[in-house]
Amino acid sequence: MSTEQQVKKLDGKVPKGDIKTLWENYKFDMKLVNPSNKRKFKVIVVGTGLAGASASATLAELGYEVEAFCISDSPRRAHSIAAQGGINAAKNYPNDGDSVWRLFYDTVKGGDFRAREANVYRLAQVSNNIIDQCAAQGVPFAREYGGTLSNRSFGGAQVSRTFYARGQTGQQLLLGAYSALMKESSKGKVKIHTRSEMVELVMVNGKARGIITRNIVTGEFAKHSADAVLLCTGGYGNVFFLSTNAMNSNGSAAWKAYKKGAYFANPCYTQIHPTCIPVHGENQSKLTLMSESLRNDGRVWAPKKQGDKRPANEIPEDERDYYLERVYPSFGNLAPRDVSSRQAKYRVDEGKGVGKTGVAVYLDFRDAIKRDGYEVIKDRYGNLFDMYQRITDENPYEVPMRIYPAVHYTMGGLWVDYNLMTGAKGCFALGEANFSDHGANRLGASALMQGLADGYFVIPYTLGNYLASEKPNEEKVTVDNPEFEQAMKEAKGRFSKLLSINGKRSVDSFHKALGHIMWENVGMGRTEKGLTSAIKEIQALRKEFWKDVKVTGSDSGINVELEKANRVADFIELGELMARDALARHESCGGHFREEMQTADGEAKRDDEKFCHVAAWEWTGDDGEPIRNIEELSFENVHLATRSYK
Amino acid sequence: MSDSNNMTLNLKIWRQSTTKDKGQIVDYILEGVSPDMSFLEMIDMLNEQLVAKNDDPIAFDHDCREGICGMCSMMINGQAHGPEKATTTCQLHMRSFKDGDTIVIEPWRARAFPVLKDLMVDRSAFDRIIEAGGFVNVNTGNAGDANEILIPKEAADLAMDAAACIGCGACVASCKNASAMLFVSAKISQLALLPQGEVEADQRALSMVEKMDELGFGNCTNEAECEASCPKDISISNIARMNRGFLKAAITSKTK
Repeated sequence: MSTEQQVKKLDGKVPKGDIKTLWENYKFDMKLVNPSNKRKFKVIVVGTGLAGASASATLAELGYEVEAFCISDSPRRAHSIAAQGGINAAKNYPNDGDSVWRLFYDTVKGGDFRAREANVYRLAQVSNNIIDQCAAQGVPFAREYGGTLSNRSFGGAQVSRTFYARGQTGQQLLLGAYSALMKESSKGKVKIHTRSEMVELVMVNGKARGIITRNIVTGEFAKHSADAVLLCTGGYGNVFFLSTNAMNSNGSAAWKAYKKGAYFANPCYTQIHPTCIPVHGENQSKLTLMSESLRNDGRVWAPKKQGDKRPANEIPEDERDYYLERVYPSFGNLAPRDVSSRQAKYRVDEGKGVGKTGVAVYLDFRDAIKRDGYEVIKDRYGNLFDMYQRITDENPYEVPMRIYPAVHYTMGGLWVDYNLMTGAKGCFALGEANFSDHGANRLGASALMQGLADGYFVIPYTLGNYLASEKPNEEKVTVDNPEFEQAMKEAKGRFSKLLSINGKRSVDSFHKALGHIMWENVGMGRTEKGLTSAIKEIQALRKEFWKDVKVTGSDSGINVELEKANRVADFIELGELMARDALARHESCGGHFREEMQTADGEAKRDDEKFCHVAAWEWTGDDGEPIRNIEELSFENVHLATRSYK
Repeated sequence: MSDSNNMTLNLKIWRQSTTKDKGQIVDYILEGVSPDMSFLEMIDMLNEQLVAKNDDPIAFDHDCREGICGMCSMMINGQAHGPEKATTTCQLHMRSFKDGDTIVIEPWRARAFPVLKDLMVDRSAFDRIIEAGGFVNVNTGNAGDANEILIPKEAADLAMDAAACIGCGACVASCKNASAMLFVSAKISQLALLPQGEVEADQRALSMVEKMDELGFGNCTNEAECEASCPKDISISNIARMNRGFLKAAITSKTK
């Protein structure tokens, strides 16, 4: 690499000591802001999903002045709401051998040894507090007849540690965090700005001191200053156009921070979820996930014969390949997501895919219904079965579901240190927006856990330490500082430019083209050749976008095309960085599968000698080559080993 | 995808440029609609065609397209979320319609939900109601072990039934009085059924109902249109539960 001399070794700022007592000791060592001084600090929180709502509510409870921003019409709409399956915690209520250590161990291993150990241990530790907090808020978790909480098992674990609220766990946890947020809003402790999109991060004297927003309803821009900025803006899976993310989920806030000094870590780590409803046609706008919990009872299979077009129920038992059970006898259908997705791709590549398109495999409940009865299965998965039937017009009680992997979650995100602070001082990233806890693959029921851990139990401490040490409020920064006017000018300029191009191609056509390049080359199987050509194609697409995009309407009032154009412009750049990252990481790990790097039986082959690190990309200008900085990872507690689920 | 099953539809869609604009129904003919498309994908398709003609695309709220975020909100042939029971607009598929159908698409209409543009309305009144008491007053860090308070499965299940509300506002849009009783009662019921929320049940019922009235939502006259149109099957028995709680609170509460 020509930029070798500029490559930084980043410090994750993990305190020294025994991992088991690290967080407790650190909490004591951190500086506190005294209660009467807290109101002198203002904190901006962008995004109101699990991470943003829980952080806003908790910081307001502590006494900070909080301003929360979301793009939807209410904080309750954030995409956390769509998480179905559950949330992990190390309670060990089922007495099946779980512990904080085991949750930590499973998560590090599940992430294929590419996460920061200390963050993961802290996550496992606070997981239990999350369940307590949510139950106290009135989250209606599933319960046993004795009145205690129910648990179920989830992929990548051999214990039952997942708490759930029917198939709507994300909804219930989000509504819990939202209710806490509204509680503080009613007291005037949080000011909520809805339909308000962050379009710039403002840095003053090397510190994040505010944001510029665009009001989605009026089109007006506004300046907001603060002593710290928290980005809780979720993942960037919509780079692929088709994903299970909500239509408005986007990577733009994180991308603005990247251009203001935050590093973008491991952008190529994408989770392709194994159990989604397959694509049906050209006009499809998004993909729908079926909870991984279905794999507790459903058996995944494909026909043994190539091109077997018989209806599923006419394929006899001995001609079915229950491939997950065959390849991974000890985890079977509960193999982790990355592994399961890849196996589905192999079947389709072998010509054994099913359905009209041949790009799907079966998830079959026949045996579960025979064993437990229709009523039991209906009780467990009824709402998911109904959803499947609504979308596909097929009855999954009678014919097996057709499933195929789809982009679902991004493990990569803004690089943060142990305090959740990004490379831009005073700018923090929480939840899916950061990179820290899931390594190269996230286990099921861990996203909700991480969002709430960051918001309820980590940031309240680490943000206090930052504010008490740096005392940003003494610098007396207001929106009258010239940096705000400059950022506002940049933002306005960008939106007027988008409107002025007046080309021929719609925003969506660019987004679809990007999605196609990404899925083909930066999806489940990645090669040097594919990635190299993807980078070129994306660069060409970017040029064409700025020359030929067509954005109708004006800059005042509601203009959905303009909103989308702004986000797609960022997705195009982010897509290129993902391809660069995937190309530079010449190993396979978790969800990042380089076809050149695999074991004889098609499993991911890591290269711990060369790649046991985080890649943290640094922006060097619109046309500059980004710099690939690294943070070395060390595994002192869970020793580096080849992941095996056999 | 060209398919012999594809349909041609006559769409009559409400267009309104701003809250102050009078608004009107505009006719569109859309060809090549596949029965496998979702209703919103059908609107996406129309919008692509409008953009190509330099027309302003139709603004509508939508996000998750999985029936859980509560953003989508369309009156389809006079029914909130269209003809399928317990189905949001985003989960409605075009196979529920047939070739040559005329489909009238309008926004939610209620005094408390002003139209912002076309099919988009402002539902922030729902946030104001939740702010009035739709929470448990417990700060982060105060909770004891989650299994210390046992909750009968039946109560937890009933609470979950009520908690399934997605806050879309179909109940208000379907009610001739534009009442928010189903929405409000679902939250009040969820929390009143659980020991954690029961502590503040009286005050919550009084404050939330008062706020609902103040915001211009109408009263309930037992038509049950709300229940019939609810995409999440929220039961009107929640309204009965809320009314009992409200009455009890009004008589016995010391605070109001």
